[in-house]
Amino acid sequence: MAIFVNADTKVIVQGLTGGQGKYHGLRNQAYGTQIVGGVTPGKGGTDVAIPEGGSIPVFNSVAEAVAATGATASFISVPPKAASAAILEAAAAGIAFIVCITEGIPAQDEAKVFNTLLRDFPNTRLLGPNCPGIISPGKCNIGITAGEIAQLPTASGPNVGIVSRSGTLTYQALYELKQRGIGVSTCVGIGGDPVPGTNFIDCLKEFQADPETHAIIMIGEIGGSAEEEAAEFIKANVTKPMSAYIAGVTAPEGKKMGHAGAITSGGKGTAQGKIDALRAAGVKVGLNPTEAGDLMAEIIKGL
Amino acid sequence: MDLFEYQGKQYFARFDIPVSPGDVAYTVDEAVAAAEAAGYPVVVKAQVQVGGRGKAGGIKLADNADEVRLHAGNIIGMDIKGHLVKRVWVEHASDIVKEYYASYSLDRGAKKHLLMLSAEGGVEIESVAESNPDAIVLLHIDPVDGITLAVARDAAVRAKIDAEAVDGVAEMLVKLYDCFTRGDCDLAEINPLILRPDGGVHALDAKVSLDNNAGFRHPEWEEFRATEELDEREQLARTHDLQYIGLDGSVGIIANGAGLAMSTLDVVNQVGGAAANFLDIGGGANADMMTAALEVINSDQSVKSIFINIFGGITRGEEVAKGIVEALRRVELRAPIVIRLDGTNAEEGRSILANAGIPESKLISKPTMLEAARAAVALANGTN
Repeated sequence: MAIFVNADTKVIVQGLTGGQGKYHGLRNQAYGTQIVGGVTPGKGGTDVAIPEGGSIPVFNSVAEAVAATGATASFISVPPKAASAAILEAAAAGIAFIVCITEGIPAQDEAKVFNTLLRDFPNTRLLGPNCPGIISPGKCNIGITAGEIAQLPTASGPNVGIVSRSGTLTYQALYELKQRGIGVSTCVGIGGDPVPGTNFIDCLKEFQADPETHAIIMIGEIGGSAEEEAAEFIKANVTKPMSAYIAGVTAPEGKKMGHAGAITSGGKGTAQGKIDALRAAGVKVGLNPTEAGDLMAEIIKGL
Repeated sequence: MDLFEYQGKQYFARFDIPVSPGDVAYTVDEAVAAAEAAGYPVVVKAQVQVGGRGKAGGIKLADNADEVRLHAGNIIGMDIKGHLVKRVWVEHASDIVKEYYASYSLDRGAKKHLLMLSAEGGVEIESVAESNPDAIVLLHIDPVDGITLAVARDAAVRAKIDAEAVDGVAEMLVKLYDCFTRGDCDLAEINPLILRPDGGVHALDAKVSLDNNAGFRHPEWEEFRATEELDEREQLARTHDLQYIGLDGSVGIIANGAGLAMSTLDVVNQVGGAAANFLDIGGGANADMMTAALEVINSDQSVKSIFINIFGGITRGEEVAKGIVEALRRVELRAPIVIRLDGTNAEEGRSILANAGIPESKLISKPTMLEAARAAVALANGTN
């Protein structure tokens, strides 16, 4: 098991012939992910060589790629101005799981895409945009995470699920667990943009239902109210033990810290408010990523 | 990017939203010329991005050229809550029957657009929300559908907008939505939106915040960028395309990724230090980026130590290390570096740093974020 993606997931890469798409697509392929095709309009019929031998076929459209390969997931690595259309094209072609790593998509486009998916493609899940992607260690890696920093899960467990709003802190969380030899079922980077396709609650729901996940780490950030909403959900629905870390305790009010999503104003969306909400829901909150890792190690010991 | 009132009004005008006739002025003479063109009486308004301008004496009514000279002379150069007034907006003074409030923003929780409309404008909407929340109509708008005139009219009626103003306000709401969406705003706010004795409505103030991510389709935003008020360090960082925010502490921070950079600030704070800045060097921590980042930090006189916190994901450890070695050749640093290098190829990176012949008084390597933070803070506080 694992959530959202596993060893059977067939993946196409939209933008496979571009610099980023090729680099990450081939890395994902080398990790063992079933990268079955690429999509670049006008380059259908060509292919991208795999350094270790073999090649990945390129198609003109997602629909063609799906028909030829049976792919159910797509990895989108295209520039911001092309990202909305790429997401909607994948959804229209029947892709069930879309990972979009593109950073810098206008908020208006994001809001429109999110609501279009909600209405017209309710069975499609979008992860991102502006996220590191998802990895089910040993099975499938879609996105930009370096696979070697993820500890493989064990058949008997206990294994930990990770959900994070921040890119580098997703890696940091993986690394903290690897240092302690704790297996990871799936690590999901939901991204720091204002309108993420997949939120904390979507992932918590899946982790709670996944028999291979025994505990959960959540990494949040200042801004918005996603962590507070997650805390409400945890209180009512999550029985698996959790630890967490919220970045930005010392962030000054009203300043954007790199992500469009990470902004505190008028006392709303502060780290302290989020920490309090999570603690009230029974989550053990560390004040830095290492502390969250230590807390998880304690949790695991007790399982 | 937050716009000044005059820029907001100019932006509104592009979307056909009526504003008072007026112009921006940098000098007293320009203010008089603007007043003559707008027609007396005029209002002279300080252009600063902070609330409470009126109370600070930054908004004055003038009936003739002498009064414009007096007020503009006083206001230009004035300090309002730490903001220096460099320019004023001079516009024809409007007769006001009623003041309303209207704004659009994104409701991140609901993932829809949010219209806020109230018949009680001209004051801070937050105070209305506290004292009389029923006076504000909140309406979620599906970004796929947008807002229609009928929906806008209904909202106006529910907000108890005066009957004679309902049609005008509804039209205004449709135009403001167009500005908010097509104009790629994070926030488009009119407060007050006024009803005049002739029954017309127009925007008496403008608060507009633009979405920087949409800059690629708005070449016209270039003129707004030119007036953005950044401190020297922020200006330098911008030319190198680094995410930088100046803070008040003494530990300079360089990290890759916004989350890790924020986390670095937190950890420095926890071990008794204070960060001098937030700096996200992004994914490509190569020699050029590292040199630029160190130059920016080095230009800050209050920096006593520099904490470089890199987690190699895509960014490989040996590339970061080479970048730092190269950067140290190019920049003469005033403060010592403490580095924590983890993740992909970190071992290789650390050995490159160890063998580069850099004395320990200039560069210390620590295995974890926490230990590195302690070392950097000790250096900054002079307690090591």
